[in-house]
Amino acid sequence: MSEARGASRALLEVDGLAASYHLRRGVSAALARRPQSVVRAVDGVSLTVGRGEVVALVGESGSGKSSLAQTIMRAHPAQRGRIRFDGQEITTLGSAQLRPLRRRMQMIFQDPYESLDPRFRVRRTVSEPLVIHGIGDHARRAELVSEALRACGLDPPELFLDRYPHELSGGQRQRVAIAAALALEPQLLIADEPVSMLDVSVRAGVLNVLAGLRDSGLGILLITHDLAVAASFADRLYVMYLGRIVEQGPAHEVISAPSHPYTRALVSVTPRRTPRTGGAPQILAGEIPDATRVPPGCRFHPRCPVATDACRRSDPQLEPLPGPGGAAGQHLAACILAPDRRVVQQTSR
Amino acid sequence: MSGSIDPHAAASPADSLPAPATPRASLADQPPPTEYRAAPSHQLLEVRGLHVWFELRGGGELHAVRGVDLDLRRGERLGLVGESGCGKSTALLALMGLLPASASVAGEVILDGRDIMAQGERSIRPHRWREVAMVFQGAMNAFNPVRTIGWQIAEPLRRHRSLSRAAARARVLELLELVGIPAGRAERYPHELSGGMRQRAAIAMALACDPKLLLADEPTTALDVMVQAQVLELLVSLSEELGLALVLVSHDLPAVTQVAERVAVMYAGEVVECAFTGELFDTPRHPYTAALVAATPDLLQATPLSSIPGAPPSLRSQLQGCAFAPRCGQRMQICERHPPTLAADADGRLFACHLNGGSPHHTLPPAPGGQAAVDSGTQDTERRS
Amino acid sequence: MRISDVQSEEVLAGLPSATLAPRPLARATELLRGWSAQVMLGAAVMTLFLLVALIGPAIAPYAVHAQVGHVYASPSPSHPLGLDNGGYDVLSNLLVGARTSMIVGLCAAVVSILIGGTIGVIAGYVGGRTDGVLMRITDYFLVIPDIPLMIISAAVFGRNTRNIVVIIGLIYWTTAARLIRAQVRSLRQRVYVRRAELLGASGRRVLWTHIVPQVTPLLIANTVLMIANAIFAETYIAFLGLGNPTTPSWGAMIQSSLAGGAIFYHAWWAVLPPGIAVTVVVLAATLVGQGLEDSLNPRLRAGHLAVRRFRLRPLHGELERE
Ligand SMILES: Nc1ncnc2c1ncn2[C@@H]1O[C@H](COP(=O)(O)OP(=O)(O)OP(=O)(O)O)[C@@H](O)[C@H]1O
Ligand code: SF4
Ligand code: SF4
Ligand SMILES: [Mg+2]
Repeated sequence: MSEARGASRALLEVDGLAASYHLRRGVSAALARRPQSVVRAVDGVSLTVGRGEVVALVGESGSGKSSLAQTIMRAHPAQRGRIRFDGQEITTLGSAQLRPLRRRMQMIFQDPYESLDPRFRVRRTVSEPLVIHGIGDHARRAELVSEALRACGLDPPELFLDRYPHELSGGQRQRVAIAAALALEPQLLIADEPVSMLDVSVRAGVLNVLAGLRDSGLGILLITHDLAVAASFADRLYVMYLGRIVEQGPAHEVISAPSHPYTRALVSVTPRRTPRTGGAPQILAGEIPDATRVPPGCRFHPRCPVATDACRRSDPQLEPLPGPGGAAGQHLAACILAPDRRVVQQTSR
Repeated sequence: MSGSIDPHAAASPADSLPAPATPRASLADQPPPTEYRAAPSHQLLEVRGLHVWFELRGGGELHAVRGVDLDLRRGERLGLVGESGCGKSTALLALMGLLPASASVAGEVILDGRDIMAQGERSIRPHRWREVAMVFQGAMNAFNPVRTIGWQIAEPLRRHRSLSRAAARARVLELLELVGIPAGRAERYPHELSGGMRQRAAIAMALACDPKLLLADEPTTALDVMVQAQVLELLVSLSEELGLALVLVSHDLPAVTQVAERVAVMYAGEVVECAFTGELFDTPRHPYTAALVAATPDLLQATPLSSIPGAPPSLRSQLQGCAFAPRCGQRMQICERHPPTLAADADGRLFACHLNGGSPHHTLPPAPGGQAAVDSGTQDTERRS
Repeated sequence: MRISDVQSEEVLAGLPSATLAPRPLARATELLRGWSAQVMLGAAVMTLFLLVALIGPAIAPYAVHAQVGHVYASPSPSHPLGLDNGGYDVLSNLLVGARTSMIVGLCAAVVSILIGGTIGVIAGYVGGRTDGVLMRITDYFLVIPDIPLMIISAAVFGRNTRNIVVIIGLIYWTTAARLIRAQVRSLRQRVYVRRAELLGASGRRVLWTHIVPQVTPLLIANTVLMIANAIFAETYIAFLGLGNPTTPSWGAMIQSSLAGGAIFYHAWWAVLPPGIAVTVVVLAATLVGQGLEDSLNPRLRAGHLAVRRFRLRPLHGELERE
């Protein structure tokens, strides 16, 4: 595991990042002078991704995972906070200065049906990034394309080079998208739900490709709502709720000893491969609130099964927990009850 | 049942066996006379040799469901899992008689002792929605955007049960309460509800006529874990409260385990294994089941995942031997020539594989080690990682 | 929708094609297959009229502005469609007038699509304030009534064919602009376009490689539809007496006959042929344009929910299982 390396000088460092969307008011709202509503999609998030490390970001939809990814990729403006990539501050770089950096940080998207231009053959899709960045001549690019395809399990590449996306299966498309991202040999890959639309039988293949890349030194930020996927691939885990990180730590530790009530609920409802073992799942009522109306105090309190009065008043920050990870400053949770709860839970196991 | 059955041919008027009285006989148009079989009263559904073919636009034919047998007791929850395209939805649509004109169907579907497939649409219509109802794949995105949810739930009531406006409205509120939608939401439009709420509404719609059997096609795909858990819990509680039998189709094995008592695994249009949920995941017998289990990530078992190499066979051509043979790590010579049949082994486990049937290695290693069963077939991905 | 490695043609056959089949040949055959008999008919008629426009003057039996008999002489073997208010042969005028009508129709359609397409693409792609300003301009053009604009432009710029093309183009570009803008905006949101931007592609590159090729088919369909509008508009302008007085056109024929008292003389043959010609060609262009548009906008076929005409099939003997 590469936490030590990551900690010394992380590949990606995000510090107190915030981003929001301004919703358009309808004419009637504007006339009534109702205030423009602001969705605070990302509300003060700090995270790091080290080299050769897979970091998972989990949370329900609407928790702001994708907005965070977009903001890190500078596709959406940051309102507050800082993004540092390989030691360089990129929060406010202009698009011209960003271009060379884009080569080193790539993103893959959830929907393999959508992420490839339907009119481009695989060859053109994968070589497009090379063309954009003016890498290699024609022959060299062809080589690089074949290499990237092979690395993604599309072997032999000749079988795929001349196909259009509609002639590929979903798993193969996703691999082409990964290959296109890898052709530039990036250092950081942000994968937004890369397997959630794939069949189980294919899912493992794509995840194995990502795992192989991690071993060759790539830093991966894996965004997913499936805790099981995160558990089996990530070194570290961040749990996001309503624009904030509510718990973070080494993946196995967060999953085996979840400390924030939200994480605990997530872990308990994640279906296991074997029929329900252990306690009943703790199904939270209702849904994640709309980010235009963030509840005061702890933003989780309306759904929190153990909320107290104090939770309505104070907004807990991430704090280290007792225990191995917490002692090393690795396992943190943002809940006023977290340390106690965790002790209780460990003894009950 | 044998011989060609044309739905448009006149039904034989001489019907020696009276149709059993159904509780809703007054509501239903009387089912056409069908052969009556004395079935054990706990048995609700018996599917025998269900086949579905699709005529393809470019010519040729696709054998999407290739002889499926299923049994379901009253109030039982059965899971149906398998890869995309293995015919899960098609099988359900066949049970509902909702296949398009390009489809042809063969086989028996015995519901409560009578073969509802015997005369095609004619014999299915009286049972559709009243006894067998379905939540379609993607139903939550299929609501009419310009009508309120309440209106859309009321519509089948007015149509199938000819309820008055007021009675339909009362029933809608009852249904919404049943699925946990606050009554006030009845007046909302689909886009004003979250995905989870819309899925609940789709379930309410299916329950409108009080069916005995609910077919749910991927009801939680595309929902978040927490919402998924809510919907699955709803299905279980509905099944328990209403004595509703449930067939839950999903590609997500872990989700199925939370709901189903028994699970049938489909591959290339066939059921290849059927077992109690616990058994199936702990000791999968069919190599395909074992491979599926090994490809499924689990929260606490950090075993490396193995994908299943290759792809399911095309269902356009006649299949020789075992459909899984090209991807199977335990393929034997016989597998390529003779199709295995679904049969019980010495322990009473039901699976369709030549490893079954007293051969010495018929017991596969349990789940985590189930890997071993597929390893030889997965170098494709293993080598790279 | 979930996906596996099963993506043989069967699976794809079940999917609504969200985008065009990309291979040019496949795309063409796909389009052709989607074409209904009506569209074929429309295309055939359009081809016929184009042909007439090409060779009309060559096959016209008489010169256009030559008095060859009595005013309003009724149809006869030597003048199958009779003579008009100037004693000119109606058939000859019809054949020659086809050229003007078709040229004006085609050119004006192209002009309006060029203007509208450019503005639509820029507004849709750049967005923000540029979009706001361009769309405001479009709105102004949209609310200006056509006829006064035509009258004023004809008065100001003079009544030659080129000016008429420009006037019609100026009137009709707004529809195309709005349509293309909407399309470009939705394309901008497509993941593959966003992906290209994140790869570091410049705006111009994204526009030319990913967006313009995607809206081109729509532009073509729209051009064909616009031809119908433009031909109609040309007729209309001529009918108002604002057309080019020196070249014969269908609109000019109708206008001069009506002005010359064709109704009074019951000379239907002087008015109906050009009227019918305009109607038919406008109809044909509309059929083709709509057909193209339809085949570019595949809608979801929710087949299984509606149709229940599946058949039962006996199993051959007591097949397979026992
Ligand atoms: N109307 C149709 N016409 C032709 N082929 C069809 C039709 N409907 C389904 N098929 C084919 O039948 C096979 C089984 O499809 P089906 O939809 O039942 O699979 P599934 O198991 O439900 O898959 P998924 O998990 O993706 O929903 C597939 O090969 C599919 O392409
Ligand atoms: S602070 Fe209170 S409301 Fe928030 S998670 Fe902890 S216990 Fe629940
Ligand atoms: S019958 Fe043979 S090929 Fe088929 S699953 Fe069993 S062992 Fe594998
Ligand atoms: Mg399906």
